[in-house]
Amino acid sequence: MKFLDEYRDAGMAEQFARELHRVTTRPWKIMEVCGGQTHAIVKFGIDELLPKQIELIHGPGCPVCVTPLEMIDKALEIAARPNVIFTSFGDMLRVPGSTTDLLSVKAKGGDVRIVYSPLDAVKLAEQNPAKEVVFFGVGFETTAPATAMAVYQAAQKKLKNFSMLISHVLVPPAIEALMSSPNCKVQGFLAAGHVCTVMGYEEYFPLAKKYRVPIVVTGFEPLDILQGVLMTVQQLESGRAEVENQYARAVRREGNQPAQELIKKIFKVVPRKWRGIGEIPQSGLGLNDEYAAFDAEKKFGVAESCVEESSECLSGLVLQGQIKPHECPAFGVKCTPERPLGAPMVSGEGACAAYYRYRRRPEAIATK
Amino acid sequence: MRTQKPIEFSGSCPVPISQYPHVLLAHGGGGKLMHQLIGKMFLEAFRNPLLETQHDAAVMELAGRKIAFTTDSYVVRPLFFPGGDIGSMAVHGTVNDLAMAGARPLYLSSAFIIEEGLPMETLWKIVCSMRDAVKKCGVQIVTGDTKVVDKGKGDGLFINTAGVGVIEHEQTIAPQNVRAGDAILVSGDVGRHGMAIMAVREGLEFESQIESDSAPVHEVVLDLLKAGIEIHCLRDLTRGGLASALNEIAEAAGMKIAIEEKSVPIREDVHAACEMLGLDPLHVANEGRFIAFVAAKDSDRALQILRRHDVSENAAFIGKVVEKSAPLVTLKSAIGVQRILDMASGEQLPRIC
Repeated sequence: MKFLDEYRDAGMAEQFARELHRVTTRPWKIMEVCGGQTHAIVKFGIDELLPKQIELIHGPGCPVCVTPLEMIDKALEIAARPNVIFTSFGDMLRVPGSTTDLLSVKAKGGDVRIVYSPLDAVKLAEQNPAKEVVFFGVGFETTAPATAMAVYQAAQKKLKNFSMLISHVLVPPAIEALMSSPNCKVQGFLAAGHVCTVMGYEEYFPLAKKYRVPIVVTGFEPLDILQGVLMTVQQLESGRAEVENQYARAVRREGNQPAQELIKKIFKVVPRKWRGIGEIPQSGLGLNDEYAAFDAEKKFGVAESCVEESSECLSGLVLQGQIKPHECPAFGVKCTPERPLGAPMVSGEGACAAYYRYRRRPEAIATK
Repeated sequence: MRTQKPIEFSGSCPVPISQYPHVLLAHGGGGKLMHQLIGKMFLEAFRNPLLETQHDAAVMELAGRKIAFTTDSYVVRPLFFPGGDIGSMAVHGTVNDLAMAGARPLYLSSAFIIEEGLPMETLWKIVCSMRDAVKKCGVQIVTGDTKVVDKGKGDGLFINTAGVGVIEHEQTIAPQNVRAGDAILVSGDVGRHGMAIMAVREGLEFESQIESDSAPVHEVVLDLLKAGIEIHCLRDLTRGGLASALNEIAEAAGMKIAIEEKSVPIREDVHAACEMLGLDPLHVANEGRFIAFVAAKDSDRALQILRRHDVSENAAFIGKVVEKSAPLVTLKSAIGVQRILDMASGEQLPRIC
């Protein structure tokens, strides 16, 4: 397929791998922030082409995974109410709350629907004036403009039956939180290309400087990731800590400014709890006061709950890059995609799901 | 964090599936949850040697003749889609299940569960489509049933068809007959039916219209048999796609299977649509595709025969059976690294970004 096969070329991949073997002299730990990159790495086996000294650490960039349990419970409660059409992106549906998941709420009669865009939820609200339509606004900066546009349109249309349960999160504060942790082993970052398509990458300069880490804005195809790793290693080997852009075909330094303006108009930066990590200051987006009428938490008055995570699920350590998914004792035993203990096992961007799907039996894969 | 509510049992037989107290849509998605439901509930309750072969059709002796027998229910929304409709699909699907046992399809039953309020004209269009399909397939609908349910209790129309065919050769075609070294052929590009349905259902517009691959494949199978190709197993690709079919065979045969991603034919528009939605074309449904496990020596000849037929003109060699082992399917990725090709868990859910 054009614009895709070029970035999955085995010959080119081998060239990048050779170059990496040539320039690497010491062990390096590099974190790919985004779960989409984690999946590409595991699915295509990119890490197996790297020199042994380079370890890829999987980051917290899976919006579904970091959505706090309390927020999922709120979603489940709202979705189960009569007269509500609860809309969400597909991969949120199987994420376990403290007792059940959205698919089970649907099986018991809740009107839960998958939408491909928040604007489809606005359309549903228009078509069903007698129903309350709620959208589960989850995601990083990548999806924030679409969520913002939905609120903006709903306000323009004066819709009274549309609201959003918002759990939007931001990447740079998460990198900052990881780097300031005493356990942090990460020496370089692959920043998420799609997030930077919207936001640009100016906000990464202070981070690279403060923590002396290379940050390379990287795409999602195998060759993108290999090149991103190569650029990071070249910086590390030569003692540089700069922000570089591997994904120049999609990302500009200043990002997409109309999208950023829209985000600013609708949202304000708020503290946000990350599942498995804890509260990170200034790391989330919440509705501006002007748009508070679209806040589903306020509208439905769902109670703040305080729930305990399963002690068997080590997804917090996985999300912080402290352990690899298969190092969790529950992995593949008590925790499977059919019976998940934590969100990273079911999300399309979760590291546990990637390991389970593509390499849970490494000893058996090796061909004779 | 998933706490299980105790399930109330009555009598001495506990419900064999305790993980979900209610049936989810994913239990019909062709993935692991469905296989669990079939394995733990249906297979367990109805256990017998014929059922245990877990083939697309059961093969049995009746009055000195070998016959194949199968059934399938068809629930599709919308009823009409690019490349087909529920009626033609209900004929092709059952004909194909018989073909997978190497049988010549002969007789079909057809049961209609109709929702009150379905326009008579719609029903007639579907019936006419079935009439044309049975004619094309050379089979007859010889018995049937009609039920009407209250408005809101059905999705317009559900159709169940069962089919009987005769087996006129001496080969044993079944998962248990798969051998190490067998060549694996796929009869054409994969993922088309699922993406055609999704595009219409979700109002997704692509530059070109993706048409379902719904078609009968029995003629080509009979041709392979006539040419004396040593066929060890056949499996049609439906829900769960190529990945499910390969895993089912690996499981039933106790074999390790290795395929190459680059060899699997996928149309460019289907590939693009899947990329956009974050779906894997190897997990997407098909209605006119099958895989054949043939003796390695016959692989080239089988491909030539497949490519002579319109329904399988894009047939390709995709991999081989490696060895007797714990069941496993591996895939060599585009950049040349081996990984697991797993069965999907339940339904494929489009991702966030």
